[in-house]
Amino acid sequence: MNTTFSAEDRKSWMGLLASADDARLADLWRAFDHEPAFDWLRAPEAGGVMVRGRMGGSGAPFNLGEMTVTRCALSLTDGTVGHGYVQGRSKAKAEMAAKIDALMQTDAADTLRAMILTPLQEERAAAKEARASKAAATKVDFFTMVRGED
Amino acid sequence: MYVAVKGGERAIDNAHAWLAEERRGDTSVAELSLAQIREQLALAVNRVMAEGSLFDPDLAALAIKQSRGDLIEAIFLIRAYRTTLPRFGYTLPVETGAMACDRRISATFKDAPGGQVLGPTFDYTHRLLDFKLAAEGEAVEAPTSAPRTEPTPHITEFLQGEDIIEREPSSDAQPGDLTREPMAFPADRSVRLQSLTRGDEGFILGMAYSTQRGYARNHAFVGELRIGTVAVEMEIPELGFAIEIGEVELTECETVNQFKGSKTVPPQFTRGYGLVFGQSERKSIAMALVDRALRWKELGEDNLGAAAQDEEFVLSHSDNIQATGFLEHIKLPHYVDFQSELELVRKLRREAAEAVEQMAAKEAAE
Repeated sequence: MNTTFSAEDRKSWMGLLASADDARLADLWRAFDHEPAFDWLRAPEAGGVMVRGRMGGSGAPFNLGEMTVTRCALSLTDGTVGHGYVQGRSKAKAEMAAKIDALMQTDAADTLRAMILTPLQEERAAAKEARASKAAATKVDFFTMVRGED
Repeated sequence: MYVAVKGGERAIDNAHAWLAEERRGDTSVAELSLAQIREQLALAVNRVMAEGSLFDPDLAALAIKQSRGDLIEAIFLIRAYRTTLPRFGYTLPVETGAMACDRRISATFKDAPGGQVLGPTFDYTHRLLDFKLAAEGEAVEAPTSAPRTEPTPHITEFLQGEDIIEREPSSDAQPGDLTREPMAFPADRSVRLQSLTRGDEGFILGMAYSTQRGYARNHAFVGELRIGTVAVEMEIPELGFAIEIGEVELTECETVNQFKGSKTVPPQFTRGYGLVFGQSERKSIAMALVDRALRWKELGEDNLGAAAQDEEFVLSHSDNIQATGFLEHIKLPHYVDFQSELELVRKLRREAAEAVEQMAAKEAAE
């Protein structure tokens, strides 16, 4: 049974799953404890995508180099289609991502969000903040030099 | 001339078995794990990803282990592997302006918005061996401070406001792809940049250094150097929209170079650009200098005959896999080639000797 969701929503959960840590995603998926029945539309396959940059950061595009990506597509028994596009070469991760993508379009969405997506989102934000905090501590402050005036 | 030679199978098998044993080294020493290489030799991993032209830290770590730390051999393994991967497509150009910066410095503006953020740098270390690292130590924890939440703008943006630096013409032109079409000259800038970013760090460094020493000097300042992660997005045809397919760590260098002007255009700084996978600072600065040197024609500069201005020279010799392949093949059996050369030299010597004899006989007869 399909529920309503926006393309923006879907884009956000697929992006989160793409760069999730394999082992962490597997733990969360196991805790969710629900294996849906499905048929493969496209079995998991590892490949490469060519990453592009822009000249001068803002100009015309150029090809920078490839990165590994694994993709798959499946359909649940009710016909809901899920796509997995994840960084790296883990077929298991692509499969989990596709199942989550499919189930997020069903009544299981709220449970999945609470059990998998929200923890991933929070951990990702925390990891980014931890790095940004370390970077901030290395910011040069030119105005705190002791000038011998006091 | 290459001739198939049978024989040597047993010697080759045994050589490879010994290689495997030597790779493992002394078995009383713990074996290296890929995670150890990935985490603790991260800059070697970055170099292998950049020059192997494939962002996958685990694969690069495996290649380094397999190659016993010979990075060019590791790059070779990655290049060979990537040819086996089906190409799913091309990503949207990454937005380096939205990079989560670990490091961001400018040599031109002290008070750049976003500040001078040093990051985990070797700069300002004393380059003295640290013997504490020879012993197992406690994990070190870096100090923290309130994080910056807004994105860090590119420094060239501020110069562009005044039009005091050339603008990068914005376009969505399809760039050339070296992995699809072989290099042809003249090469456009997209192909030059692709070639430079995967070129040998030592070669690009040497070329860049030659410009600094006066061979097509272009007076480069590091306008900005930033290292961090960016999201990678790709259009997914079956979805009909773009999604984030992962994150890559990049080093970006923008140089601000000597200006030029004419009667119609007021003087303006020019730019060079470096963008490299991973934390690859030396490489990205060198890339920016060489990019700038190769732009002489489009900027209406003189050809000074410098090596760094010669795109055929730079681009044809920067790829260490092509170079090492051709260089190292000369150690493989060339028995037949050499045999023919040997016979040729012997024949020439025989003829020379006969000529001397004839000359002597002629003189004696006279």
